Parts: sequence; structure tokens; C-alpha cells
Amino acid sequence: MISIRNILTGAAVALGLAVTAAAAEPTKVGFVYVGSVGDGGWTFYHDEARKKVEEHFGDKVVTSFVENVPEGSDAERVMTQMALSGVDLIFTTSFGFMDPTLAVAAKFPKVKFEHATGYKTAANVSNYSARFYEGRAIMGHIAGKMTKTNKIGYIASFPIPEVIRGINASFIHARKVNPDVEMKIIWLFTWFDPAKEADATKALVEQGVDIVFAHTDSTAPLATLAELGGYGFGQAADMFQYAPKPRLSSIIDDWAPYYIQRVQDVMDGTWQSKSTWDGIGKGMVAIGAFSEEIPADVRAEAAAMRDAIADGTYLPFTGPLNKQDGTVWLKDGEAADDGALGGLNFYVEGIEGDIPS
Amino acid sequence: MFRLEKRPVPSKAWIIATPVLAVIATMIAGGIMFALLGKDPVEAIRIIFWDPLFSEQFASYSRPQLLVKAGPLILIAIGLSFGFRAGIWNIGAEGQYIIGALFGAGVGLAFYPSQSIFIFPLMIIAGAFGGWIWAMIPAILRTRFNTNEILVSLLLVYVAEHIMAAMSLGLMRNPEGHGFPGSRNFQQYETAFNAELIAGSGMHWGVVAAFIAVIFAYITMSRHILGYQITLAGQAPRAAKFSGVSPNRLIVFCLGISGLLAGLAGLFEVAGPAGQITTSFNQGYGFTAIIVAFLGRLNPVGILLAGLLMALTYIGGDLAQLMMGLPAPAIQAFQGMLLFFLLAMDVLSNFRIRLKKQGAA
Amino acid sequence: MDLSAINPVLLISSLMIAATPILLAALGELVVEKSGVLNLGVEGMMIVGAICGFAIAVQTGSPVLGFGGAALAGALLSLLFAFPTQILLANQVASGLALTLFGLGLSALIGKNFDGLIPPATDKLHVPVLADIPVLGPILFQHDPMVYFTLTLTAVIWAVLKYSRAGLIIRAVGENHDAAHALGYKVVRIRILAIMFGGACAGLGGAYLSLIRVPIWTEGMTAGAGWIALAIVVFGGWRPWRVLIGAYIFGGVTVLQFNLQVAGIALPVQYLAMSPYVITIVVLVIISASKSRAGGPPAALGKIFHASH
Repeated sequence: MISIRNILTGAAVALGLAVTAAAAEPTKVGFVYVGSVGDGGWTFYHDEARKKVEEHFGDKVVTSFVENVPEGSDAERVMTQMALSGVDLIFTTSFGFMDPTLAVAAKFPKVKFEHATGYKTAANVSNYSARFYEGRAIMGHIAGKMTKTNKIGYIASFPIPEVIRGINASFIHARKVNPDVEMKIIWLFTWFDPAKEADATKALVEQGVDIVFAHTDSTAPLATLAELGGYGFGQAADMFQYAPKPRLSSIIDDWAPYYIQRVQDVMDGTWQSKSTWDGIGKGMVAIGAFSEEIPADVRAEAAAMRDAIADGTYLPFTGPLNKQDGTVWLKDGEAADDGALGGLNFYVEGIEGDIPS
Repeated sequence: MFRLEKRPVPSKAWIIATPVLAVIATMIAGGIMFALLGKDPVEAIRIIFWDPLFSEQFASYSRPQLLVKAGPLILIAIGLSFGFRAGIWNIGAEGQYIIGALFGAGVGLAFYPSQSIFIFPLMIIAGAFGGWIWAMIPAILRTRFNTNEILVSLLLVYVAEHIMAAMSLGLMRNPEGHGFPGSRNFQQYETAFNAELIAGSGMHWGVVAAFIAVIFAYITMSRHILGYQITLAGQAPRAAKFSGVSPNRLIVFCLGISGLLAGLAGLFEVAGPAGQITTSFNQGYGFTAIIVAFLGRLNPVGILLAGLLMALTYIGGDLAQLMMGLPAPAIQAFQGMLLFFLLAMDVLSNFRIRLKKQGAA
Repeated sequence: MDLSAINPVLLISSLMIAATPILLAALGELVVEKSGVLNLGVEGMMIVGAICGFAIAVQTGSPVLGFGGAALAGALLSLLFAFPTQILLANQVASGLALTLFGLGLSALIGKNFDGLIPPATDKLHVPVLADIPVLGPILFQHDPMVYFTLTLTAVIWAVLKYSRAGLIIRAVGENHDAAHALGYKVVRIRILAIMFGGACAGLGGAYLSLIRVPIWTEGMTAGAGWIALAIVVFGGWRPWRVLIGAYIFGGVTVLQFNLQVAGIALPVQYLAMSPYVITIVVLVIISASKSRAGGPPAALGKIFHASH
């Protein structure tokens, strides 16, 4: 009798689940991309995360996306159309989408918005970004140990806080292990132009740089290093196809854990507006496998640094650190707060040249 | 084989019929492409051409958006059509658009946060001036040194893009923007904001300006001596010279008007729908407008319709990505096809097709 | 600041590589324009060449087949421009723009499965003995075969246009198509062949970009190179050697400005970044100001030919 009842309840539960699954509308999630899903970098990784959201939730979620959306009036239109199509949650994945996101969010109070890499929020708008500089710090350490010419290069896109943090973080940690290291910086004023990225890499190598950091979107710097010699790092993506040489390691954008969490929040009705700035600890920044080219002891140090950053025992911007002009920025043991890092607009001591403005 | 025989006057019937035929041909060829990509072609075509106009879910929003998207395209294309008729090739409207926006926004930002009804008109003047002055560079180099205007106007687009980046990172950067690039947003600066004239209609001053430009161009082209001179210079430069048309004045006029209108389009866009100067607020309007100008056969009314059609493919294209996951490049290729078919079928309105007799040369 | 860090030998050697894709495309467009046709679709043909060359080289493992395929793809794509403009007498400026739009879309669709792959390497020719000459060796004798191919192509185009009968016919068609037609030349056929040649060259230029200069494939990777190629043709006054110089100047300024940045020259970087375009304009003005009538565009450039009899 009991067993039959159990079976019946089990069946009823199963049936009930099936009924609710069929009856409950799947959660709809939209993504607005600035680039193409085939860019192999920034947008590609946001789209990978979208696929993981689909994998994770199965039938309970439906995703859609629009790619190659210019930052301007087109962005606002695409977001509005997306909201009209009945989505519950929209991820807008470029800094330039910030104001359009807020404008559209004001018109659709029931739809939740998530804007990447900005600083504004609203009742139904959260923002999120990743502490890529944590990865830069580790790469800087590796570069400082491995450079033979004591010259490391940085291919920079635009002079914005995120890029300046990257430059500083890599330089500080390279200098820490190698007091003779110099940093050469090239500003490209574009996020994506493979030919220019290749030319810039070449110019660096020809002037004696043997380790190149790239803060642009394509694999062109690594492809060029593969030919010319010298080392580099994967940026945004793992770029494992260039391992073990020239790719030493990589800083990978892994948005999936965050996206899955936020979709879950919407499903549970617990979504709240907040600002998120996660790093290695929460898995938003992943460090790609260390190449065999790196000496074993350096690999161990890098891994230790990664773990220390992950559990919060080491903060990459910790004093004593001076600004470029020699004035004190952070006293011994003092760590930079997020406000200062968020708007970082100066080089630390030891970097030559001016930030273009 | 066949042979083309020029019609004495273009056929009125075919002028109307060819765009319709071209759209149908594009639907068929594009449908095949969509089917090859594994998408339902009928649904794709319906979403691109029908839904923005008539679907219950989207139309009330996307119909006005059609005006927002088409406005700058029409405004720029009208300006370009003057030069194109006269054989003066300004293909750098994108640069003039950017500089116009920078000038206009610069004036507005300089007055921040004061409130006055004179600020917006001043911005309009500055925007028009910015576009005009940027177009004067190729114009003067052409008239003074005979330097090719196609090349100079094009190269100046790249220069303008760099200035735009420098401005949004430097001089015009929002002081309250936490070090991020981009100016203040005009949406929060009411006196300088190019808002919709009637909420939800899509009509802003830029769209109004586009309509005025269409009427102005129509009158100039059909009623004014200038229109005659422009057409003459394009079709028979020597005859134009003999009849007293100064080629240099024509160059300065045509490049000037196209720069001015492109600058206006930039100002209206940046002070309205786009809202702010960023490192990439230009959306390729200047280049797309060249296509619009030719789609409209350099005719003001044609340009009006072509601008709306082009805007429809953009808005419908977004919807097709959103609703059925059609990749963005497929939309781009689709727009390319539409243009090919329209251009190719134009032959029907200007020529009669005759079968060639064997042996006849 | 350390100017001595800039090695002029390496600089020249890199600018030759940086210039090769635009030079190839520009040489093709030069022939097209010499025949009186203005094809603004270079960017579209280049990027289709880039992906087709890349895809074929990756599939077959042979860069040579890749380049061959890219040339073929460029030529085939150019027919999309040739047919409406030559047979149906459509406007060339607009058709060229349509070709660019279509090419960018098509290449991205073809390229969906080729992101992130590494193409087979093209070996450098290390010319024995000559390559080891100081200064000249690295500049002239250590490049990949395509650099030499491009230089040879420049010479061939120059010689053919200037001395051969074929060149004479192309120029005649480009200067005055009615007269050429009256002399019995098949204007349309000659122009279609020229357009296909231009497409093949643009395809090669694109493949050089994706197989040698950058060796990767990503969407939109030509990033405006086709437009620069068009500019270089005018810059060179429709003469092959001047086009070569123009391409080298443009490539040189780009490479040099990066080198100046690395050397730490205290120049405002954002203005340095726009210098290749500004300098091209300045040089262009100087050339056009000092020039008499020689070096102007072909008289029938962009005009529609219709044989009325």
C-alpha cells in the first residue's frame, strides 16, 4: 500500500514537474554584442558564456543575441526591440552601451538589465566587470622573470582606466622581480585591426622587446610572435593554439558563472541591482595553463600568486607604490581601493612616457 | 545574345516597376542564402520586411524608428546627390558627419550647464559649419591644386575618426565619467537635447531637416538654374564650361552643401538619438548614404524612399537576428544583394532589350 | 627617447611587408582604372580573398594553393561587379560599394568555421650569398616569395601597359571607349577581363594579409586596407612604380609611427596615429600641385560605355 502510494506520489511529482515545466514560460535572456561572435576575443567569450547558460538551464531558458551593434543610437534601438520581444533579462556587453542601457531600462521597468564594464546602475540595471588586472599581475611576474633583453612591450588600445590598470599591474610585477625591466608602450587607438596589431608587435620586437602584452582583441600579436620569436600571452581568450610558444599563459574572460547566477536570480525572483567586480577568486578571470617554456620555479611562483590573489591574501595594487612623478601613491602595505582603481589615470613610477589624452 | 537600345526618355513604368522587381529578386536570392544557412527563408523575409511595419509586437516602436534611422541617411544622401550629379565625388561624408557632430556637441558642452533657448540653434549652426569646413578641405585642394577629391575626402574620414577618439578621451571627456571615454550625455542636458518633437513619433529636428532638404533639393533640381548647371556639368562638362558655369564654383558649392548637410546630420544624431560623443558614435551613416543616394537614382524623392528602404533592412535585420538567430553578416550580404539587383535592373528603365540577330555586329 | 633603437634596415624590411597587401590590390585596381572602370569594391574582394586563401591553405596545407584559390575567388567575385556595370550599364560607384558590402558579409559567413586556426607557414626565400650581404641582404633578399612576386608584377604591369599591344589596347579603351570601339576593339570584353584581373590581385592581397602578414583569420580583418589601396592608385597617378612608392610610403609611415612610439619620442600619440593619412594627403597635394597634365586619370574613368551601333 505504502509502496504504491510512494509510486503514485512519485508519479504525481514527476507529472507535476512536467506540467509546471511545460506551463511555466522559459526565462528569456537577450545579449547585445558590440563585435561579431567570431572575433575570437571579447564578444566570442560573451557568446561562449551565453551557450553555457543554455547548456546549464536546458529547456528552462531561451537566449537570443544581436551582434555587431554599433555604440550609438543603434544600440538603443536593438535593446528596445529586444525588450519588446519579451525577454526577462538583457546583457549589454560593451562599455559604450551604458547610457543606452539606462535609457531603455527606464522604459521597461520589468525587464532586468546587466551592463558590462560601466559604472552606472538603476533599480533594474546592474553592472559587472572583471578584474583583468589580476591576471596582468601574474603575467607581469612571468615576463619579468623571463625577459632576456629586459624590455617588455604593451600594445594598448585606448587610454582608459582598464588599460592603464593593465599596464601598471604588469609593469609593477615585472619590476618587482627584475629591477632592470623597462616597458615600451604602443597606443593603437583601436580595439581591433589585425594588421596594425601585427605591425605594432613587430616594431616592439625589432627594438629589442622579447615579451609582448596585448590589450587588443585579435590573435595577431601572438601570430606575429610565433614568426619573429619572443613570447606573449593570450588575451580575453586562451589562444591555446599558440602554446607552448609563443603563448606562455593567458587571461581568460569567463562570464559563464556570473551569467548563470544572474539568470538563476531572475528565475527565483531574487534578482537585485548591484555592482559586481569579480576576479580570479570568483572565476570571472581564469588563468590559462602555464606553458612548458616557463621554468618550473617561475611556474610555481605564478601558480602561488594566482592562488593568493584568488583567496584574497594578495592584492596586486599594494604599496609601497609611487606615481610616475615620484610622489607616493600607496604607503607600505596599503592597498588601492576600488574607487581609485576604477578611475586610474596615471602610470606608476618607472614607466616612461605620457598617457595620451 | 541580346542588345540594349537606349530609350529616348526613361520609361516611367519601368522606373516604378524596377525597384519592386529588385526587391522581389532579392527576396528570392536572399531566401536561398537563408535556406542554405538552415533558416526558414519565408520567415526571415517576413521578419525583415513585414514585422517592423506591421507586427503587433514591434511596429508601434519600429515604425517611428524607421524615421530615426532614415533621417540622417536621407539628409546626407541629398547633399551628396548634388555633387554626384555634377561628377564631383565626395565619398568622405562620414568624416564630415563626425566633424559636424564634434563642432555642434562642442558648442553645447561649452555652455554646460547653462540653460538658454539659443544654445540648440547655435549648436545647429556649429554642426553645419563643422561639416562644411571639413568638406572645404578637399574642395580647396581640388580647386587650388587639382588634387583628387575622392581620395582626400576619403582619407579625411580616417583623420576625423582619430580626432573623434582624441576628443572623447581628452577635451570632451565627461569630467564626471570616472576616466572613461565619452562626453556628457545630452539626454541629461535638456536645453541642448534634440528630443522627439512629439513623443513616440520618431520625429526629431534631424528628420524635419531631412524632409526640408528633400523639398529644397527637389526645387533646386527641377526649377532653379543651379540644378540645370549641375546636371549639365555632369553630363557635358565642356558644354557647361562654354555656357559660363565655373567648374570651381560648382566644386565649392557641391562639396560645401554635402559637407554642410552631413555635418547637420551628425549634430542632430549626437545631440539626439546617440546622445554623446564616444570613440565610435559614428555608425557608418556617411558611407551608407552613398548607397542611398544611388539607390534613389540621385533623385530627391527617390532618395527619400531609398533611405526608408535601407532603414527598413537595418531594423528588420536586427529583428531577424533577435527572433531567429540569423547571423549579422547574412544581413550585410542581403543588403549587398538588394543593391546589386536595384542597380542591375535599372537598365530596364533606360534601355529596351532587343534580341540580337545572328551575324549582326 | 632613443632614436638609435630604430634599426633602419629592419624598418625598411618591415615596411615592404606592411605595404605588400595594399600594393597588390592597388596594382590590380590600377589596371582596372586604366581600362576606364572605377571599382570601389576592392575591400570586399580583398576580404573574400583573405578568407578563401586562408580556408584553402588550411584545408590543403599548401599556401600556394591558398594564394591560387584567393586569386580565383577575387576574380569570380569581381564578376558580380562586372556583370551589372558592363553588361547592364549600372553605375560603377554604387556597384563597387555594393560589392564591398556583399564581400564583407560573405567572407564572415564563409569564415565562421575558421576562427582561431593557424595557416601553414609560407617559407621565406633566403637567397644564397645575396641574403648575407649587410644592409641590402635583409632588405632585399630575405623575404617571402610573394614580396618578389609583387615586385615582379609591378614591373610586368608597367612594361605591359607601356610597351605591349595589350597595354595599348587597355589604355585606348580607358581613354576613349568610343574610339576604341570604332577601331574594332571589344570594349566590354576587355574591361571585364581587366576587372577580373583586378579582382584576382585584390584576392591575392587579402590572402597575403591572412596567410603571411598576420597569419590569422578574423572577421573584418582587412579593416580598410582596400580603401587605402584605392587611394594609393590615385596617389600614384595611375603609374605602377609610383603606386609602389605610394604603398611603401604609406606602409612606412605606419611602421615608423609605431617605432617612434616604442623609442619614446614625446609626440602626442593620437596625432601620430593619424599621420599616415595626413602625410598621404600632403604628398598628394605636392604631387598634384607640381604636375602639369601628365598622370591624370584615364579620360573615360567611371563612364558608362554603350555601343549604340
